[in-house]
Amino acid sequence: MTNSSVSVDPKSVIIVGGGHNGLVCASYLAKAGYSVEILEARSTVGGGAATTQFADGFQVSGLAHVLHSLHPTVCKDLRLENSGLKTGATIETIALDTDGNHLTLGLNDLAGSALSSKDREAYSAFKQEFRGYASALEPLMMNKPPRLKNMDKKDKFTLAKLGLKLRFGLGADAMSEFLRVGGINIYDVLNDVFDDPRIKGAIAADAIMGQHMGPRTPTTVLTYLHRLWGETHSQPSLPPGGMGQVAKALLTDAKDRGVQIRTEATVEAIIISDGKATGVKLVSGEQLNAALIVSNADAKTTFLKLMDVAELDAMFAHRIHKTRTNGNVAKLHFGLNELPTINGLSTDQLGQRLLVAPNLRYVEHAFNHAKYGEYSQQPILEITIPSIADPSLAPSGHHVMSVSASFAPYALKEGWDELQRKAFVDTVIAVLEQYVPGFANTIVAQELLTPVDIEEQYHVTGGHWHHGELAIDQSFMMRPVHGAAQYDTPINGLFLCGAGAHPGGGITGIPGRNAARRVIEMGRS
Amino acid sequence: MSKVIQQGPAHDFKKVLRHSPFHDRIEQQSQIKSWSPWNGYQTARVFDSLSAEYFAIRSSCSVMDLTPMEKYRITGVDALKFLNRLVTRDISNIKPGRVTYVVWCNDEGKVLDDGTIFHLQQGEYRLCSQHHQLDWLLISSLGMDVTISEETHEVAALSVQGPTAYSVLTAAGFVGLDSLKPFGIVHTSFNGTDVTVSRTGYTGDLGYELWVDPANALSMWDCVFSVKERGLYDIRCIGLEALEMVRIEAGFIMPGDDFNTAETTIRAGHDRSPFEVGLGWVVNFDKGHFTGKQALLKEKALPIQRRLVKLSVEGNKSPDQAFIYDAKNGNNIGAIKVQCWSPILKANLALADIEYANGKPPTELWTEIFYQKELAWRVQWARCTVSETAFWSHSRRSATPPPAY
Repeated sequence: MTNSSVSVDPKSVIIVGGGHNGLVCASYLAKAGYSVEILEARSTVGGGAATTQFADGFQVSGLAHVLHSLHPTVCKDLRLENSGLKTGATIETIALDTDGNHLTLGLNDLAGSALSSKDREAYSAFKQEFRGYASALEPLMMNKPPRLKNMDKKDKFTLAKLGLKLRFGLGADAMSEFLRVGGINIYDVLNDVFDDPRIKGAIAADAIMGQHMGPRTPTTVLTYLHRLWGETHSQPSLPPGGMGQVAKALLTDAKDRGVQIRTEATVEAIIISDGKATGVKLVSGEQLNAALIVSNADAKTTFLKLMDVAELDAMFAHRIHKTRTNGNVAKLHFGLNELPTINGLSTDQLGQRLLVAPNLRYVEHAFNHAKYGEYSQQPILEITIPSIADPSLAPSGHHVMSVSASFAPYALKEGWDELQRKAFVDTVIAVLEQYVPGFANTIVAQELLTPVDIEEQYHVTGGHWHHGELAIDQSFMMRPVHGAAQYDTPINGLFLCGAGAHPGGGITGIPGRNAARRVIEMGRS
Repeated sequence: MSKVIQQGPAHDFKKVLRHSPFHDRIEQQSQIKSWSPWNGYQTARVFDSLSAEYFAIRSSCSVMDLTPMEKYRITGVDALKFLNRLVTRDISNIKPGRVTYVVWCNDEGKVLDDGTIFHLQQGEYRLCSQHHQLDWLLISSLGMDVTISEETHEVAALSVQGPTAYSVLTAAGFVGLDSLKPFGIVHTSFNGTDVTVSRTGYTGDLGYELWVDPANALSMWDCVFSVKERGLYDIRCIGLEALEMVRIEAGFIMPGDDFNTAETTIRAGHDRSPFEVGLGWVVNFDKGHFTGKQALLKEKALPIQRRLVKLSVEGNKSPDQAFIYDAKNGNNIGAIKVQCWSPILKANLALADIEYANGKPPTELWTEIFYQKELAWRVQWARCTVSETAFWSHSRRSATPPPAY
């Protein structure tokens, strides 16, 4: 119990976890006159936006490696360019083909050999149409998800804006098409629209990346739109210096605004007194009080690890417990003694985002394994070689390759022991060898982060990219669960600001921004 | 983490209703074979004559098989913490050997069920409930070191109620009842067989509940009835119908009958909070968190919308399934949920769910009673009066030792 007679500044905030959303939230709050302290367990802030050194001289974006959705509103509100934010040159996605017939999937246009004009046209129309749907969701993404019962004024406004965007932004025909495809699977949509298996494979991979889903899983159109939403406001890029540089800019901004930041300060518990969060207890035993606690941690960590579950209503705790949070993507880092060569790709093209997802069947097959607790025998790979644009990331003459490999389920049947880890790395290398002959011989350093490693190193339950599946039943007004979907929680004075909150993961800064706005709005009333 | 144990062999699905361990005797005593299912058991509605059974409870000694009541054993380091988070009442002051009445709610503060918690031994509890609650108990046990063991079928229970219940059991050889206070538990014996006796019941009068190993159920039954055979006291088996009458007299509620339980409610607003069913007195906001606490705090701050009230209805016509109005020919503001003619009080008693305007009880309550005379329908208005206390209560219920008759 804390001494309630000790007066606490009503604008004091402790943020548990200094991930990128925690930093964004802190800056917004500091800007609004709150005194904010961030407590980060790791030695660096930024969470999944990190640059790590995995071998002597080899640096890489530790977790997220393509910046594809950092929201311009956040950059503008916080004037991040003043804090040294560099996003890097825009990159495109290249779908690799073993025969060298690679496809470049641009913002609006397809390029590559052996393409029919029908597919080219279909691609442009498809991208425009689906980006339209994604941008229609903008009012929903940028606000607290409206409650459907007991709406406040803001909820009604958000819903009205969403309705207007859908009906008049899209138009009647597009809206009815959106309502048709919104809940279905990407497999059916892609088969309707395209003939070329390469296009279908690449788009399907984007739709399911980071999720426990295959192309045939219902609502994969929605997950694709979530990803496409990034495209509606920013272009994908590899930030120079790795993703840690983005975190550094956020850190600089937060510090400039007077946010106190403590690293290696692990919060053991959120102190709750009479249904209200009053402070935190660190592993060191130190206790800190604040009027408000904002958790950047995922919902399971926040509610089931950082507090006594008896402080919560039973069904709420049960709902949190039942959210699906097992990650499916492994991160592999390779230090290479030469730039890989891929038949048919220039050096400039090698520096883009490369995808190994040659067709729908490949992608669905890869997921099949995950259903049964196995890793994919033919994994889907998202590859970047950031050292092409930023040679400082690797020793001279060397290169660094970063690979997100799906599926590598958190709950692997055999467990992620040394044998399984090695076998999985060999599997990924074997796939890479199909595109980069002799690849294995160029490896001088390597690192594997399974979801279990990600959980340990980044303190994310299940090692899940998004702090929990972005399926429709865990999205919007049900993210992470209803009862905590508007950033405030059943515990008075406790808020969520991480990827587990709406609108989910990715380096967007939006959960942090929306949470801060919610804190400020509730402080007013 | 929490564990659940379900004991005993799997139930044969072809046998629709279970037979309780007392079944052989009950079958023998049942003159009219009027059965009802109760929690999956074949249970007697009436044995021979309802009025004789009713007066056994109120004037002599009644026996009823309680085995079908849901029973859960709760043990483990966090047993108390678990129960205190489950129910609205503070049970940390319930000492070993004591029983308390409890109610529990969902997150929205709506009643899921009511029941009793028996603190059997230090740290060892039994929760008895009206409806099956295992799923809710398991949901509530997340993150707690507690073992929840359903023991409905492993404990035979017999309710012995009525003015002469104490005398009957003492004559039958149950020892240690003289000092047993209401809501007390004693681990005692009859004929050298272990039995747990609690001074509890659902009748509002003197009474006991006997908890025994099913293997000893019949010998216990015979031991109790030996008192009758010896010509000392009359004892009658009673069924569900007589029990229903006395519980209305005593003002006890029955979740599921008198109001919809939260778990079974589909339509918004049809579930009920403890305040709305007159159980505000078992809600304790001074203890730590419990499920529904925030919702109930919010509700408490607002004027109450409706109440389940005890009504006496003038006249002698049965107001079965009747509406309640705020005046003769006035507005419909509720309905009678259960009612009975109380032979001992010579009154029409009922429980009714009525709306409160602006948090205030209506100044007048009327009901429109449809009744038959020689198969011809008639209608009559009757004034109703709210009673805040139980219609029936007797000083012997709380006297220790109880008077011997």
